[in-house]
Amino acid sequence: MSSAYVGTLQLAAGAVLLSAVMTLWRRSVRSIVSMLSLQGMALAVVAIDLSLHEHEHALFVTGVLVFVVKGLVVPALLRRVSRLDPRSRESRPLVNVPASLVFAAALIVLSYVVGTRITTLASSEAIGLAPLGLATVLVGYFMLVTRRRAVSKIVGLILVDNGIALMTFLLTSGVPLIVELGASLDVLLVVVVLQFLMVSMRHHSDTDQLTEMKALHD
Amino acid sequence: MLIIAILATSLVMTVTAASLAWRPWVGWATAASSAVVLGLGIWLSVTTLSHPQWALHHSLRADSLSAFMVVVIGAVSLLATAFTSRTLHQELTSGVTSRRYARHYVVLTQVFITCMLVAVLTANLGILWVSIEATTIATTFLVSHRRTDGAFEASWKYVILCSVGIALAFLGTVLVYYAQLHVAGGDHHASLDWTTVMSVAYHLDPNVTRVAFALLVVGYGTKVGLVPMHSWLPDAHSQSPAPVSALMSGVLLSVAFYGLLRFRAVAVAALGPAFPRALLLVVGILSLLLATVMLIAQRDLKRMLAYSSIEHMGLLAIGAAVGTPLAIAAVLLHILGHGITKAVLFLTAGEISHVEGTTEISKVTALLSRQPALGGIFGVGLLSLVALPPFSLFVSELTMARAEVTAGLWWAVAISLVCLGVIFAALARHARQMLLGAPVGPSAPALSASLTSVLVGALVACAALGLMSWPLQSLLLHAAHGVAP
Repeated sequence: MSSAYVGTLQLAAGAVLLSAVMTLWRRSVRSIVSMLSLQGMALAVVAIDLSLHEHEHALFVTGVLVFVVKGLVVPALLRRVSRLDPRSRESRPLVNVPASLVFAAALIVLSYVVGTRITTLASSEAIGLAPLGLATVLVGYFMLVTRRRAVSKIVGLILVDNGIALMTFLLTSGVPLIVELGASLDVLLVVVVLQFLMVSMRHHSDTDQLTEMKALHD
Repeated sequence: MLIIAILATSLVMTVTAASLAWRPWVGWATAASSAVVLGLGIWLSVTTLSHPQWALHHSLRADSLSAFMVVVIGAVSLLATAFTSRTLHQELTSGVTSRRYARHYVVLTQVFITCMLVAVLTANLGILWVSIEATTIATTFLVSHRRTDGAFEASWKYVILCSVGIALAFLGTVLVYYAQLHVAGGDHHASLDWTTVMSVAYHLDPNVTRVAFALLVVGYGTKVGLVPMHSWLPDAHSQSPAPVSALMSGVLLSVAFYGLLRFRAVAVAALGPAFPRALLLVVGILSLLLATVMLIAQRDLKRMLAYSSIEHMGLLAIGAAVGTPLAIAAVLLHILGHGITKAVLFLTAGEISHVEGTTEISKVTALLSRQPALGGIFGVGLLSLVALPPFSLFVSELTMARAEVTAGLWWAVAISLVCLGVIFAALARHARQMLLGAPVGPSAPALSASLTSVLVGALVACAALGLMSWPLQSLLLHAAHGVAP
């Protein structure tokens, strides 16, 4: 029982980071969105696995919620956007793909170095995996900074958020349900807001110019 | 009961605005609801002087700090909502917006105000995070209200940067919770409830708390407009309608700062004062320096006011870094003075841009002779902003400087004074350009008497607060003791 719990946890948490790195590698929006969907589902598995082990009903509810919101709804929204905007494929990132992957490796090492400061507080299988969440956050940041397309920026934001959610589950077995609910709802709303902005900008003028954020300056 | 009444007022107004099509009286109704919130906030402040208030099974809590923030939110939103009807009327007649978007505007403004009220009245640090994040969503649409390229870009930048920033604050909040789960030797019920967190704050693991506080400073600092995540602020403030800029600059920044004040108390208890002080000093001084540099050669009126907000947020961070009750009391007075002054200035700037058709400083001249009321209010507002006596910002900056010297931070005072001197010179130059000179061209119709008196009244209130802070003194010190024992 216990080994199944640990194995599932390690596999799922590893899948979260792996899918984050995969989003740096793939260029077509369709496969990036599939990776995000996989990541959301892996995150849900982490939450549900933990909830079964610790007999936390609230966490189980959270896990189901994460599955629906991050595994299904958010990817579906992004798919719709990419259909609306045929030029959403990342054609010219600031850092090319092989170099991005090397950076990602460095970020993962960094997060283990930093993460051990936090994880020494208590020893459990779950807490030991927390640096994986930190690495996902850093990969998300990297994506936000180095990718130009609007869709890529949204993906980066979701990666940051999923990484934080993974750390939350692993470190605390979930914060109070109401906070978790609020946080999930916020993510969903942010994605809706961004999608809305992209669509209304498209009706107005060139989306790419606006999302590169260069027109307004001093 | 009072807490419920405050939230209910704001909520009822939101629902009413959502269920009605846009009519000018809806705008006046929102102003009335803000006035009620302000009145109830003052009443709440009086009751919290003796003991904190609770509501809804201890999920809402108001101590003097919360009550004071309700007063700030009430005062600034009263100013901003008083201009709703005028702004929307101008936009509807010039075809910038439609009745549909006018209704969106009113609803979103009310949602925005309600979220800020929840943020300061909740007992739970997690809900504080949720409601500050919710303000981002409401304000994104308000920033893009005018639907120009600039407005879309500003709101895109705003939502991306603030969501990323606030995500860090969530991680920080989670780490505080995690540290609480592992408080040494305790079979202890962890929660994000403020009183529970503070009761164990002295036993939180220092390593985890240090990382948590750093994340919170960067995270909430993004919403406050502190360096290094400030770059959304000038764009968002310059592209929004004037009342929205007034609300964002006047209260949204300080509501996020309120979050920092709470967590600073937790960090000081767990780590001692040195680390929080160093961190806040660094971001505060960097923000102040950046604002100074950007203000010198500023060409746009609204961006000038936006950078001035970064300046004042930097001053708040330096004041909070000192962290003595006197310094925190001065920080709170500064929040109120800055909120009112900045709201007046943004509303006047909106009026100037409507009359002149531009916000470029070099294209506006001779306001004083062409538009005496508007120019006069703008000039006096700037005097208040650069903290000349008798305005309350003078008192709060002086008190902060005194507290900083007492704490041995004379070098921080020296840097602040140099920056404030340069900013004074820069703003004086911009003001001379806009206000003085020979009148050319015809004058457009000016503000109505009632709105002029609202703005004048706000400035008089600022001066009155500076001349006699006695009505507030006990409240400010009481509030400061809540987060600086």
